[in-house]
Amino acid sequence: MENTITDFDHKNEYTKLNLGPTHPATHGIFQNILTMDGEIIVDAEQTCGYIHRAFEKIAEHRPFYQITPLTDRLNYCSSPINNMGWHMTVEKLLGVQTPKRVDYMRVIIMELARISDHLICNSVIGVDVGALTGFTYVFQWREKIYDIFEEICGARLTTNIGRIGGLERDFSPACIQKIREFLKEFPAILIEFTKLLERNRIFMDRTIGVGGISAERALNYGFTGPNLRATGVDYDVRAMNPYCSYNDFDFIIPVGINGDTYDRFMVRQQEMWESHKIITQALENLPEGKYFAEVPQFYLPPKEEVYNNMEALIWHFKIVMGEADVPLGEVYHSVEGGNGELGFYLVSDGGRAAYRLHFRRPSFIYYQAYTEMIKGSTLSDAIVTLSSMNVIAGELDA
Amino acid sequence: MSEVNNAFLLNELQEQFSANIVSVEEPYGMLTIEINKDINLELITFLNKHPQIQMQFLTDVCGIHHPELKGKELAVIYHLHSLVNNIRLRIKCHMPIDAPQINSITSIYSAANWQERETFDFFGIEFMGHPNLKRILNVDEMDYFPMRKEFPLEDPTRTDKNDNYFGR
Repeated sequence: MENTITDFDHKNEYTKLNLGPTHPATHGIFQNILTMDGEIIVDAEQTCGYIHRAFEKIAEHRPFYQITPLTDRLNYCSSPINNMGWHMTVEKLLGVQTPKRVDYMRVIIMELARISDHLICNSVIGVDVGALTGFTYVFQWREKIYDIFEEICGARLTTNIGRIGGLERDFSPACIQKIREFLKEFPAILIEFTKLLERNRIFMDRTIGVGGISAERALNYGFTGPNLRATGVDYDVRAMNPYCSYNDFDFIIPVGINGDTYDRFMVRQQEMWESHKIITQALENLPEGKYFAEVPQFYLPPKEEVYNNMEALIWHFKIVMGEADVPLGEVYHSVEGGNGELGFYLVSDGGRAAYRLHFRRPSFIYYQAYTEMIKGSTLSDAIVTLSSMNVIAGELDA
Repeated sequence: MSEVNNAFLLNELQEQFSANIVSVEEPYGMLTIEINKDINLELITFLNKHPQIQMQFLTDVCGIHHPELKGKELAVIYHLHSLVNNIRLRIKCHMPIDAPQINSITSIYSAANWQERETFDFFGIEFMGHPNLKRILNVDEMDYFPMRKEFPLEDPTRTDKNDNYFGR
């Protein structure tokens, strides 16, 4: 591909093309100013910030429990993972040990979120190469995952799931039933989706060797998640720095070889199977016990108690007004999000709000490699590369 | 070969840069060193090229503003990660607010490019040697650095919202 642009003398003959900000093929508010030589991309410049909402500034003025809804809006395709990541960061700061049941419930929720994240990303790759069927087909299954979330917390997309110290309520029997149904029916769907695309000649021609990056460059660019693993580096936060009892589960970390669009697709496909495996194990071995840790100064008490018990009422009031003190300190905690290592760097000065909270947003960091990945390829390949990188606008701009 | 842990890491750094290490902490198990901001590039290159430590992954770059620390109001905080040894390191470089210049580390990590732009955008920290230092998330016309503490979230002249009773 690269040898098609050898003559840089005709700079004036290049065309500037605005891809985005509201182009239907970019799946979000992304602007790329492309310099085109015919249909070949010579250079690209990304513009960020179209949906910047100053979360880091807002977070400096809010008590901790009010920051959870902000994290929903980072990677909104898998918001439960962001919520859990934030809860775990605060728990790390406070030194709270959560019961095993909480960990397992969180793992189930997080892995369901990962499946829904990967389903969207992979089916959208299909859409961008012209296979709309798979997308509409698996979207029903994303809806089923959202039904489970609705059963757990009442919300579907921006979930605000869980609390600092645990979950707001236990899994209901209906919820367990729904998860079991999902686990039973999902493999057939995934196999069908696999058959639709994985060995499809057109799909392979459009994705193999497109938007590739070497492992060395990917590490240098701070790639994480499936995008890094597609290059062959087996870095997964779940295995490297196990949080939330991930070391109790048996799962493998799929890796690719070439780091191209097809490998990214395949890594995600395989990860969905692994997530399915983890959920099955967690549900089978779900320990008995409490669904929250004993942190009354942060964990909102149940409403019946608030209405009937003086102590619970006091805690409720203190939490809602953000009166609970937190220890001084700084903590970095990261979780394996849908598209990479989602980190929270929290500096606390002991007050009711964070002194500084920084989100390490994976797609913000790896999106800067986009120029390098699409240089010399055609516009249609650039579209596929963008969707296969799973860049989420909400997370990019925070 | 000895195991690479926080003690080993600190020892190696003390040997090379003892004069420029201002303080050492270990909050929540992560080694945190505060260094003289002029040696940031040199120290990070050393860690990156060290045959045993191999800090080849830049996790995060961010800024922070401490208005009460006179002469070192602004700071850049790096989180490095050695994937080979699975060890993380936090490096802080403080600088005065009237001379917020620091070396860019984009020559070692491409990942630093946008993160330094973001830090410049929000804190006004200028990274010397950065290839394209301009605002990234805010509009180009903005003439202040919004994450600095002197900018409150809401208009301070508002009188209809008195939050005095409940903290800041």
